[in-house]
Amino acid sequence: MDVRLNSNLKWQAVANSTLTKKRSTAYGSTVALKSAMAASGAILVLYLIAHMYGNLKVFAGQESFDGYAHALRELGYPLLPEHGFLWVFRIVLLASVLIHIYSAAVLTIRARRAREHRYVVKKRVQRTYASYTMRWGGVLIALFVVFHILHLTVNSIAPGGKSDSPYERLVNGFQPEFWYVTLFYVLSVIAVGFHLRHGIWSGMATLGVNKASRQGKINAVAVVIALVVTVGFLLPPLAVTFGLVS
Amino acid sequence: MNITLRVWRQKGRDDEGRMVTYKLTDVSPDMSFLEMLDVLNEKLTLENEDPVAFDHDCREGICGACGVVIDGEAHGPEVTTTCQLHMRSFKDGDTITVEPWRAKAFPVVKDLVVDRGSFDRIIQAGGFISAPTGTAPDAHANPIPKPDADRAFDAATCIGCGACVAACPNASSMLFTAAKVTHLGMLPQGQPERASRVVNMINQQDAEDFGGCTNIGECAAVCPKGIPLDTISQLNRDLLGSLSKGIS
Amino acid sequence: MSENDLYIEGAPIRDEKAPEGPINERWDKRRFSAKLVNPANRRKLSVIIVGTGLAGAAAAATMGEAGYNVLSFCYQDSPRRAHSIAAQGGINAAKNYRNDGDSIHRLFYDTVKGGDFRSRESNVYRLAQTSVEIIDQCVAQGVPFAREYGGLLDNRSFGGVQVSRTFYARGQTGQQLLIGAYQAQERQIAAGTVQMNTRHEMLEVIVVDGKARGIIARDMVTGEIETHFADAVVLATGGYGNVFFLSTNAMGSNVTAAWRAHRKGAHFANPCYTQIHPTCIPVSGDYQSKLTLMSESLRNDGRIWVPKEGDDTRDPRQIPEDERDYYLERIYPAFGNLVPRDIASRAAKNVCDEGRGVGPGGLGVYLDFADAIERLGMDAVEAKYGNLFDMYQRITGENPYEVPMRIYPAVHYTMGGLWVDYDLQSSIPGLFVTGEANFSDHGANRLGASALMQGLADGYFVLPNTINDYLADGPFEKLDESHPEAVKAKEQVTSRIDKLLSINGSRTVDSFHKELGHIMWDYCGMERNEEGLRKAIDLIRELRAEFWRDVKVLGTNEEFNQALEKANRVADFLELGELMCIDALHRRESCGGHFRAESQTEDGEALRHDDEFAYVAAWEFGGTDSKPVLHKEALEYEYVEMKQRSYK
Repeated sequence: MDVRLNSNLKWQAVANSTLTKKRSTAYGSTVALKSAMAASGAILVLYLIAHMYGNLKVFAGQESFDGYAHALRELGYPLLPEHGFLWVFRIVLLASVLIHIYSAAVLTIRARRAREHRYVVKKRVQRTYASYTMRWGGVLIALFVVFHILHLTVNSIAPGGKSDSPYERLVNGFQPEFWYVTLFYVLSVIAVGFHLRHGIWSGMATLGVNKASRQGKINAVAVVIALVVTVGFLLPPLAVTFGLVS
Repeated sequence: MNITLRVWRQKGRDDEGRMVTYKLTDVSPDMSFLEMLDVLNEKLTLENEDPVAFDHDCREGICGACGVVIDGEAHGPEVTTTCQLHMRSFKDGDTITVEPWRAKAFPVVKDLVVDRGSFDRIIQAGGFISAPTGTAPDAHANPIPKPDADRAFDAATCIGCGACVAACPNASSMLFTAAKVTHLGMLPQGQPERASRVVNMINQQDAEDFGGCTNIGECAAVCPKGIPLDTISQLNRDLLGSLSKGIS
Repeated sequence: MSENDLYIEGAPIRDEKAPEGPINERWDKRRFSAKLVNPANRRKLSVIIVGTGLAGAAAAATMGEAGYNVLSFCYQDSPRRAHSIAAQGGINAAKNYRNDGDSIHRLFYDTVKGGDFRSRESNVYRLAQTSVEIIDQCVAQGVPFAREYGGLLDNRSFGGVQVSRTFYARGQTGQQLLIGAYQAQERQIAAGTVQMNTRHEMLEVIVVDGKARGIIARDMVTGEIETHFADAVVLATGGYGNVFFLSTNAMGSNVTAAWRAHRKGAHFANPCYTQIHPTCIPVSGDYQSKLTLMSESLRNDGRIWVPKEGDDTRDPRQIPEDERDYYLERIYPAFGNLVPRDIASRAAKNVCDEGRGVGPGGLGVYLDFADAIERLGMDAVEAKYGNLFDMYQRITGENPYEVPMRIYPAVHYTMGGLWVDYDLQSSIPGLFVTGEANFSDHGANRLGASALMQGLADGYFVLPNTINDYLADGPFEKLDESHPEAVKAKEQVTSRIDKLLSINGSRTVDSFHKELGHIMWDYCGMERNEEGLRKAIDLIRELRAEFWRDVKVLGTNEEFNQALEKANRVADFLELGELMCIDALHRRESCGGHFRAESQTEDGEALRHDDEFAYVAAWEFGGTDSKPVLHKEALEYEYVEMKQRSYK
């Protein structure tokens, strides 16, 4: 408590007067963390769109799909070492993911601490369903990403058999008998869709783009991107499962 | 009307607290919610029971003293202050749950009364324009475009009631802080301190243990004065601008 | 010296501090003659300021900035909640931005005349001079006044004056001005020059060797009774309208600080001057806790009427035109619905007394917009009054676009208060009083948009330039809690609290407060007469005795105890109410907000008696259950000619 000196007074410690708490720097503030989350999220969204575009090549046939996958590895070669671009790309993605998860974790802990006692009754006033799913949805997505890399990139989990062809890995992995793999994939992609629905809106607001006159547009952009990405990612595996791609 | 009330009773800051049920008969639909609590307290006093403590003062929706969570909504089912909520918004036979604002930064003083001193400290950190008395130029020295003046006014109508914090799932005070940052940031007089203001206020807000904003919008939805949600974006923009200039 | 059954007349008094000479030079003269305090010495001086409304927060911010040590107190949880925040209309300033003939002299003239020639010329002139600086100061702080498309400040006319000099911020001018002062004060709190004590209620003043040297305050959270010392004490504690229980004041507004100072020797001036505002939302039941003001601007387009016959319970829309009495238009054809506040209020009371009032309890008159909607169109009416109509609908559940509004007068402002000299110093040296808590500038009636002006003038500009004359003799002797006067004051507080908690009678505090309010409203309200006032005095004495015998206050002092807070306040209202009635009884004239039935013209208008009553009635406390002592301060008018008002 704050006690100041004065010759003539009894200054008392009071509960509610001055700034007594230790100041931190705004680089670690909730707003800065949230901005880091928004910026890293933006990179991941752009990546998702590119990834989805690549996935849709599956409908152009094995040659096109595998060629695309191979071209990614050779991108920038010989200017860069072979696989160089890919690794730069992977490092940027990994950093984004780590920043995104770190910020989310810190902010979640702060939010929990900010309300120690829960309400007995709490009603939602206008918030979207998507906004509810951000934290647990995020955890699900993180788990899925690990599985997804082991499944289709490293191919150490290979329910339908290993292959050097990305196209074959895809087709093998989503055969009807592995319906549980497909189901997990579908649920995860839907979680991604919800995550994008609120995340894109929230990220734009965090980065200062939100103005009253733009709110409708920002929300529309968020919904459209979320839908396109969800559908775009669902088509290839479902096409495999239902025998449209083999 | 007959009303059943479930009211949060808590003797003091360190008490556990619990819900207690009271029944009220002959409630008039024209009573304000606080007048209904007055009636309850008169009844409790005559029955030698401790009356329910709740904050209130002007009872015309402007001082910001009152505020409780009613059936899970800050200030209850209408978008207004608790003192301007009337019993005609409820039905005969309703059970109404009444709780205090819940946030670590708003510790309970007693029953439905909380300590919102953290808001004052956020203002102390920078929610002002330094203009010592007597130093002002003529009021017409600085014309202000009407849209800017109007936006400043919209943000300045905040009454500091704390409903935004109460409604926020993260118990964040962003709407409160953003309203002040926007009010002062829209005016030419507010420019010299603009970059440091936002940084100092945000640092204080974090130090008070308010949570962070997740842009969910519950705050603006319950705000009795309709503080626009986009003030938060303005705060974010200002803060990122300050950080990019190395002011932290 | 003379004595009657109710009071003793003591020696006349005068304001020793107001300079002589041309009125426009007096404030300069006083600022020059007042002793100054060197900035290095200000650090050694401390000032207690009680109350954080416009007058208190502005003073705390300004004096803290100047380098004094300020201890600020408020009973609310934050200084931002003081009731100045509820003022709607605006703030006057003689800027003459409209080039419509306004000037400092005109604002001075309007205020003296509006106060019905019962205020001091010197004070009012200074108020008008200062008004100009207030607007500059507030704009510099970021107060978002209404602006025009060119970016300059907008003005409107208000309260029947002929110039546009009112600055406003939508219908929330008080809020915006208070937030400006609050922020300036919070800045000083952060700087360490102001120490803020929220949820603290002042319960006694400490007077040592004739000087105000501190206060006893109760920490409303822990119940601790604290002793605070300083070199001077400032009361900025607002008005006492809550003596009527129902008023437009905040629930917590009270007279305790001023009344405790009065009991310690500060004179209470003109307590009977009460402003009753004509356009408030009527009482809807006996659970009613407060009254809400609707802006006076409604009378510009609404027509006020009641049914011609009493007990008419028809839907107002079913009452044909020839069975309605548009009584203001009938009695005051020249001004119609726009007569001044006091006249409109009294006329409403008269028709209700005749049994022609409308709504629950028959205490209301219609304010009808049907003609305005027909003439201007629904959209125009909505654009002009939409906010007010929404507020009305929220409170009453009725739609004023379809059904006429019901309105009734309500207590709104008290012109009386602690007596102060030109320096705002009370009759206790070292005790200063600012804003509505003092009596000085509004005479017997306050003009619209002048309360905010006075609060800020006192806080920002007047007090900080006069209190130095007193403080220049400080710092005074260092005191500690064991000083006999401090011990005595603390003991007075604790014994009163102990007494209140020990009675454990059968009636709640509110029930006493309501009963007091009824007595005051019935006999010391819009119209007063000798018989009623005498009856009221008897009733109040009985009620006070019953209160101390039968009040029920539960709990202990050592906790957050709202019933105990109220009991302390009501105990003081029960004493103030009697003094108000005595003051009203002794002033056998009608002036401003004080209408004596015995003093009216043939056609029922207020009649002043300047030969007998052109004075300030400053009451000295005579002792518990003893007669108060009346000191008269003669009022002289050199610059404005005294005239009777007429609105027919």
